[in-house]
Amino acid sequence: MSEFQQKCSLVGRDRLADDVYRLTLQAPRIAAHAQPGQFVMVRVSDGLDPLLRRPFSIHRVFANGDISLLFKIIGKGTEMLAHCCLGDELDLVGPLGNGFVLPDEGPVCLIGGGMGIAPLLFLAEQLHMTGRETGNDYVLLGARTQDELTPLDEEFAALGYTVQRATDDGSIGHKGFIPDLLDFILPEMTQVYTCGPHLMMENVVRQCRQAEVKCQVSLETHMACGIGACLGCTVNGKRGLVHVCKQGPVFKAENLEWSLE
Amino acid sequence: MESGMRESYGEDTGCPENCNAPDLRVQIGSLALRNPVMTASGTFGYAREFENLVDLDQLGGIIVKGISLQPKPGNPPPRIVETSCGMLNAIGLENVGVDRFISGKMPYLRKLSTPVVVNILGDSVEEYSEIARKLDGVEGVAALEVNISCPNVKKGGVAFGTVPEMAARVTEAVRQASQLPLIVKLSPNVTDIVLMAKAVEGAGADAVSLINTLIGMAIDPVSRRPKLANVIGGLSGPAIKPVALRMVWQVAQAISLPVIGIGGITTANDALEFFLAGATAVQVGTANFYDPSSTGNIVQGLKGYLQEQGEDRLVDIIGTLKIGTD
Ligand SMILES: Cc1cc2nc3c(=O)[nH]c(=O)nc-3n(C[C@H](O)[C@H](O)[C@H](O)COP(=O)(O)OP(=O)(O)OC[C@H]3O[C@@H](n4cnc5c(N)ncnc54)[C@H](O)[C@@H]3O)c2cc1C
Ligand SMILES: Cc1cc2nc3c(=O)[nH]c(=O)nc-3n(C[C@H](O)[C@H](O)[C@H](O)COP(=O)(O)O)c2cc1C
Ligand code: FES
Repeated sequence: MSEFQQKCSLVGRDRLADDVYRLTLQAPRIAAHAQPGQFVMVRVSDGLDPLLRRPFSIHRVFANGDISLLFKIIGKGTEMLAHCCLGDELDLVGPLGNGFVLPDEGPVCLIGGGMGIAPLLFLAEQLHMTGRETGNDYVLLGARTQDELTPLDEEFAALGYTVQRATDDGSIGHKGFIPDLLDFILPEMTQVYTCGPHLMMENVVRQCRQAEVKCQVSLETHMACGIGACLGCTVNGKRGLVHVCKQGPVFKAENLEWSLE
Repeated sequence: MESGMRESYGEDTGCPENCNAPDLRVQIGSLALRNPVMTASGTFGYAREFENLVDLDQLGGIIVKGISLQPKPGNPPPRIVETSCGMLNAIGLENVGVDRFISGKMPYLRKLSTPVVVNILGDSVEEYSEIARKLDGVEGVAALEVNISCPNVKKGGVAFGTVPEMAARVTEAVRQASQLPLIVKLSPNVTDIVLMAKAVEGAGADAVSLINTLIGMAIDPVSRRPKLANVIGGLSGPAIKPVALRMVWQVAQAISLPVIGIGGITTANDALEFFLAGATAVQVGTANFYDPSSTGNIVQGLKGYLQEQGEDRLVDIIGTLKIGTD
């Protein structure tokens, strides 16, 4: 696997909702090697506070060598990132980790909650590019309110996916949680790809298990290095601790420990 | 030194392109380094993790993750948290164990032209000497760094690093078990670091390195819980640099062994502070995580500084701190 440390200039900055941003960066070497589900470590400041890089999924890759990141302001690092200006240079390390394994056969369902949507658009585009018929594939997106979902839901729909939405406030789609939508869809599916809040993924994994549908999950943990050196990013796997940055962030659900009942 | 040094060292003077460039070579006991910038244990994995990001053959030395006799799984997560200009870790010395280190990691490491120093740790004096014995004569191992200072293990470890007599016993035991150059890594979590340094000097160490992490803690006020599963952890990064610098300065004045400075070093200026305070070499730790290019930048920055100051050799500036009026 090859990864690079690269200074990337900011060529696009969109504010999608109050605290949700999409940044596009010139990152030709990272773009050339990126797989859906992989991530980059971003240095948000040249100074020493915040000190550590922030991990972000690769949201999109463009043929001209640009990549996009989609993120929400959570704390000081993402706050600083949101205030970057066009032309600014950001130091990135990537692409890192193991991405999603593409399906041998369809149909598949992509399930994103909150910023878990980020890696799924890249996955959806890649699946689309393989020339597969996406008409039977589903994308389920969950968020707090409608404005966190647009224009992302339209971008999935434009690729031919059947998109269903769930919002906490019911401002669009189903009022409630994504797993509620799954009962009807799951029996038709051969594989589920999910990224989002842990509780949501736990429910998705349980439903997949009951329906005997394969499931790949993308995990988040606190990371210092992103490349397997600090050993800080562990979670419980079926056979002992696993390192999310190196063995993940995408795992087969059955290889992880879930507190399902 | 038979087992460790590689022949390729002789031709590398630290100035591949321009031989008028300043000479960065330093000597740690019998261990010769092309430049004084090493990577600190636990922050550089087993080096291969960085192969695409760092020119491993341009480093002064590589200290690998601490190795114990048996593999260790480490502590439960969460294991790291960021703090102001630093981080806390409670990895708990997760490592592959000495046998798998030798069979699985050394084949890659010994192909590098950079000296590889193995950081070792144990729960008892016997364990330290057994690991040292196993590593003695292993091709490509240039030196041992004895970690008597990790704050994240419950048994024994703390006493080794905080009680001078215990530190001396471990040092003697490893000295007897191995021919390799012996660096003893000191803990800052003591009232008098000079006493510790003197104890290991008297027990046969070839050098001391300092500091390991400072014991610290972070709390989430919302959940009212500690942010680390282990409750306490080791603080590293720029936040600890002033403490490390003070300790290096005190120790360098008190003993005659080479001192290796560690703690919050990110830039050439950081490293220079340590050389002026008396360090013969430095180790870069946490900076590898947030800026893998920092070791290379430090080497370049040191050359630039020496040129500007009209110095030919780095060794000439070691311990040249000026105190007082003249
Ligand atoms: C592999 C991976 C991919 C990710 N992809 C995305 C993405 O595409 N979009 C997005 O919005 N977020 C993503 N995250 C989460 C994102 O990294 C955090 O939201 C971000 O680090 C918060 O930083 P902060 O400085 O704003 O928050 P602070 O609270 O100030 O951060 C303090 C520390 O906690 C860490 N941290 C805080 N929240 C998280 C979290 N949820 N996961 C991991 N570390 C965290 C920070 O990195 C930092 O070290 C991803 C996380 C991982 C591990
Ligand atoms: C994640 C992590 C793991 C570490 N593991 C070890 C170890 O195995 N053995 C050891 O002697 N020191 C270990 N250390 C301590 C470092 O080698 C170094 O002494 C310390 O981090 C201070 O330097 P820094 O501020 O440049 O990071 C570790 C530090 C960190 C941050
Ligand atoms: S983040 Fe450092 S090992 Fe995974």
